[in-house]
Amino acid sequence: MPRSIKKGPFIEFKLLDKVQELNKKNEKKIIKTWSRSSMIIPEFVGHTIGVHNGQKMIPVYVTENMVGHKLGEFAPTRIFRGHPGTKAEKASKAK
Amino acid sequence: MARIAGVDLPKSKKIFYGLQYIFGIGTFTAGEILEKANIDPNRRVNTLTEDEVAAIRSVIQADYKVEGALRSEVQMNIKRLMDIGCYRGLRHRRSLPARGQRTRTNSRTRKGKRKTVAGKKKAIAKK
Repeated sequence: MPRSIKKGPFIEFKLLDKVQELNKKNEKKIIKTWSRSSMIIPEFVGHTIGVHNGQKMIPVYVTENMVGHKLGEFAPTRIFRGHPGTKAEKASKAK
Repeated sequence: MARIAGVDLPKSKKIFYGLQYIFGIGTFTAGEILEKANIDPNRRVNTLTEDEVAAIRSVIQADYKVEGALRSEVQMNIKRLMDIGCYRGLRHRRSLPARGQRTRTNSRTRKGKRKTVAGKKKAIAKK
């Protein structure tokens, strides 16, 4: 079920404050955030936001196309490095 | 011969079902179109006059996105997801399910035919 329109998009207040302050000063700085569930709104465009993926901050440069998505969508939390079997097989074939 | 949006409609079927041979038209849209064009949905395709076919054609052209245009729109949406590098885009790139389904089993539609990974059994047998 989608979020009620009445409430508007969810953005962490602290994050929004920081972005608005940067916009006022016309500055570009990386903002670190853990708030992966915050929606990207047009104010964010052009900023780089460090989104936590559980381990480190992933720098996300926000473009116009990203508006309406959540920050977390751009910082994957899992790294797939291939299955253990396939790698060994490739190595043995090379020999 | 009724040819709408580049698709030949089956002659002997009712127009309500014949319209659904067009990509982008299902039961709901077919009903809507016929209502707008003022045609009885139970008529057979080969009994329609040229004028009636033209009426259907103009309704579709005016209000609906079908066939090539719709296909390209869908492709563009997927391409957008891939270009912005969001999670759904990444899943599309790997051709894995994008809506959080399990992939331990099933999801064969996205993954295609089973690719058996051999070799593990052998190693156990050696020991």
